[in-house]
Amino acid sequence: MRILLVEDDAEVARFVRKGLMEAGHTVEHAVNGRDGLFMAASEQFDVLVLDRMLPGGVDGVRLVETLRGQGNRTPVLFLSALNAVDERVKGLKAGGDDYLTKPFAFAELLARVEALGRRPAAEVPTTRLKVADLELDLLSRTVTRGGKKIDVQPREFRLLEHLMRHAGQVVTRTMLLEKVWDYHFDPQTNVIDVHVSRLRHKLDKGFEKPLIHTVRNAGYMIRAD
Amino acid sequence: MVLWWNTAGALDRQVEAAIRADATALQERRRAGDIAALVAAVEDRLAVDVQNEALYLLLTAEGRRLAGNLSTWPTEANAESPWIRIPLQRDGAVSEARLLRVDLGDGHRLLVGRDVAEKLRLRGLLSEGIAWAASASAALAVLGAWLLRRALENRLRPIYRTAAAIGTGDLTRRVPLSERGDEFDKLGATMNAMLDRIAQLMEGVRGVSDAIAHDLRTPIARARAKLEEALVSAQDEEALRAAVEQGIADLDGIARVFKAVLRIAEVEAGARRAAFAPIDLAPVLTDMAELYGASAEAQDQHLEAELDETLPLVGDRDLLAQAVVNLLDNALKFTPEGGTVRLAAHRLDDVLEIAVADDGPGMPPADRQRAGERFFRADSARTTPGSGLGLSLVRAVATLHGGEVALSDTHPGAERPGLTVTLRLPAS
Repeated sequence: MRILLVEDDAEVARFVRKGLMEAGHTVEHAVNGRDGLFMAASEQFDVLVLDRMLPGGVDGVRLVETLRGQGNRTPVLFLSALNAVDERVKGLKAGGDDYLTKPFAFAELLARVEALGRRPAAEVPTTRLKVADLELDLLSRTVTRGGKKIDVQPREFRLLEHLMRHAGQVVTRTMLLEKVWDYHFDPQTNVIDVHVSRLRHKLDKGFEKPLIHTVRNAGYMIRAD
Repeated sequence: MVLWWNTAGALDRQVEAAIRADATALQERRRAGDIAALVAAVEDRLAVDVQNEALYLLLTAEGRRLAGNLSTWPTEANAESPWIRIPLQRDGAVSEARLLRVDLGDGHRLLVGRDVAEKLRLRGLLSEGIAWAASASAALAVLGAWLLRRALENRLRPIYRTAAAIGTGDLTRRVPLSERGDEFDKLGATMNAMLDRIAQLMEGVRGVSDAIAHDLRTPIARARAKLEEALVSAQDEEALRAAVEQGIADLDGIARVFKAVLRIAEVEAGARRAAFAPIDLAPVLTDMAELYGASAEAQDQHLEAELDETLPLVGDRDLLAQAVVNLLDNALKFTPEGGTVRLAAHRLDDVLEIAVADDGPGMPPADRQRAGERFFRADSARTTPGSGLGLSLVRAVATLHGGEVALSDTHPGAERPGLTVTLRLPAS
């Protein structure tokens, strides 16, 4: 993916840029809001990663508002040292798609950026999701693996649906709490892990190959191999 | 000016009105009879004029005097305007006359007027009086303003002295109040209340910074020590890598505590009302019970939920969820294997009661007082993981929603009384 990073802190920028490039993405970097806005408006990007507070008169929120005003729908992830939840609401209201508070784990950033960059595919109406021999029917709300029906609870179904929509991508615990449960707070304990491991147990029982993988220090990923 | 116009001006107008009335009457007389009647009328008027103010002059077309007490026709009387004002020499005194020229139409010429010396004198007296009165009231006003200002200054001085002292950093000062209970006392009392609140907030900030200094410095020191040790004595890359990973985990822990402290401060400052909306707490609590149910089961505990169908209130959904999660977290942490945690929520009139009850060791009454202070951890809880911030946030969230938190025994009198935390929030 082609990613624009607008971040004034040199160290954070270097770290994020290096990480994203190692993950196979192309990264352009602007150090202030004005340059960032110019680049975002004149070139094509898959995802914009914006610091919420930027020097140069154009801060992250203004930048997004301007872009959205021009009809530019490129997904935006805000990075912010502002912890306040109202700030998150403000950022999302301005047209941001996701919000990550500093300090953050790089894995969390990468997972969110990749989820944003591939989002359009998920918006195409589909009725079936398939990963290896695992199939999820969104209409009848049934799960089958290798032709065998697996009983899951409604929440587990949504959890699995989210993982499968992002098959091959890392999904973090916080992302799961946000997308599957629709709550925005820090799950301090391992509550999410318990749900995932329960689901994993149901899916993998009697099968040789595990489908849901734990990505160390990051989250979970469902993939075929 | 208005006063002058009303009095002195009225005198003038009164004279003119009298002259005009007199002139009209004489004209009527002429119209009704011959010139001799007019002469008689003028002479009659002069005869009854005891104040010796009336002035008349009636001339024939040729300029011969027929009647009147004016000796000659003044040249001013030939001017355009019928009204004239001439100086007058009478009885050796200088005076002034106001005259009206009346055209009789048959060539006869008539002047009707009044000697206005008396009126002029009266007017002078009036003007003088008004001038004196004006200067006296101006002087009084200045004096009054000065006195009022001094009085105001005297009453306000303690207030601005206090404000100045506080401005320089002495937060212990308060505005002294008089017994009068007037507006100034009200202002002082309001200021004092504000200062008390500020002092309380400052105290809170100081408490937080002490707590941060203590409870964050320790884990930072620990993480630093571990990293330094690894740098010096790690045998191989594997050990170094493990140490770095541990260091990151430690830092994440510190960041999490930091975030929680900030979140509590934010909630306590009441700055988070923006996300307030009418919500139903029942599905939120169901979600939380479901979210934590799996964890409880994995630890062989039971999580039972007993909820009313709807629990309406105005509040912040995420904050309330976080508060309930903190309570469930605590409860599960202190409940033994096979134990039960109960989440109950009911509406009692206009209050929602959300209670989380556990089977744990409970909390001695002495600790309950302090539970909810930031970083406070009962000695019995020292060995379990946690930051001592969970209940602080619950308390702050309850306060933000205009509610309160109460701690009690789940099984009073039992050996393991357990702990029940009850959140009471105003329903909508």
